[in-house]
Amino acid sequence: MNPLLWMLLDLLLAAMLLGLGWAAVATRDLKRGLALFIAFGLLLALAWARLRAPDLALAEAAIGAGIAGALLLAALRSEPQDGQPAAAPSRVFLLTLNLFSVLLAVAIAWALLSALAMGDGVRLAQAVTEHLSQSGVSNPVTAVLLNFRAYDTLLELAVILSAVLGVLALGPARPGYRLPGPVLYGLIRWLVPLLIVTGGYLLWVGAHAPGGAFQAGATLAAAAVLLRLGGVDAAGLPAAVVSRWLLAAGLLAFLAVGLLVTAFGYGFVQYPPDLAAGLILVIESAATLSIAVALALAYIGGWPSRRAQSGSLHTHTTEGGTH
Amino acid sequence: MIDVVAVGLICIGIGFFAAGSIGLLRLPDLHSRLHALTKADNLGLGLVALGIALVTGSLVIALKLILIWLLVLAASAASANLIARHALDRREQP
Repeated sequence: MNPLLWMLLDLLLAAMLLGLGWAAVATRDLKRGLALFIAFGLLLALAWARLRAPDLALAEAAIGAGIAGALLLAALRSEPQDGQPAAAPSRVFLLTLNLFSVLLAVAIAWALLSALAMGDGVRLAQAVTEHLSQSGVSNPVTAVLLNFRAYDTLLELAVILSAVLGVLALGPARPGYRLPGPVLYGLIRWLVPLLIVTGGYLLWVGAHAPGGAFQAGATLAAAAVLLRLGGVDAAGLPAAVVSRWLLAAGLLAFLAVGLLVTAFGYGFVQYPPDLAAGLILVIESAATLSIAVALALAYIGGWPSRRAQSGSLHTHTTEGGTH
Repeated sequence: MIDVVAVGLICIGIGFFAAGSIGLLRLPDLHSRLHALTKADNLGLGLVALGIALVTGSLVIALKLILIWLLVLAASAASANLIARHALDRREQP
């Protein structure tokens, strides 16, 4: 396609992003702001795709727009003054917020300018491409996340775990949802298995194409959100004992592998090249389950109550007389 | 020749999208707006997907596009049903 047309498309995308971002922040109606935020996330995913960062596009669409949107909607639902506009924030708060936003914008602009001015020196991307063959995977993003910069991902998993522990400490789960009508029931019955298969695919394909633990975990969590919306209070999570282990599995597997290789003379999370592929797959599988359980628990807002063992969508709906 | 057909399909699809969006903005009440949005956009997306599938000329990509279209069909039908039912419930129990 004509480069001028592409530029027009990009400018339109950038303008829409700015407009949506502004509208989402400017509105006093929380529900409207949230809808605009979700639309903003989806457009941001498009922008990442245009920047040829499909991994980020997937993550932004699944986590930034999808799961974060669902979390915010769930939080809005438990808000006591439903339907009322948010109270006007104080002047000092607004001023501080603006100051920080301006500082952040200046910092990002400075980073962008210095990156553009750097010229054709040695870039990190080049170093990654050179060492890709030793990483055990052929997707450079996965190589960076799970091998070259494995520390970062390890700490990210720890952050997610502690965030969910905070959510769990806040008290009991939010009340569940009522039983779905036949249409939503049918949709959930079709979508949940499809989402589970897609999650497995994203996990596997992450080794050589866009995908990976975060996208796969978010996809599985989306299935849990759907189940919860369909009146399954436990959202498909296993019993609490199993869920606790799954929640920690990602971090545990990462630490175990990282420490295990030190016994053979390698550094912490420095994998031997011939074993790297298998080790990365083990870590990513555990991380996928952990992320899925963490996001699902965050959406539920605590440990789900298991009244009358309402684990199955089917018994639930036959009770409701809709099937 | 295939390109011409593809561009034609995509243009017709965009036309349906435009009609659906105009309907969403202009129609008087919620149910007719839902009707315009979900029906016109579904057909529009199908035509656009078909056009893109013809341009790429790859069977795998065509199947993926059809899968995406079917998923959007199911999701938009279900969400239209949910919104319409919610609105009806509200009207009956004020």
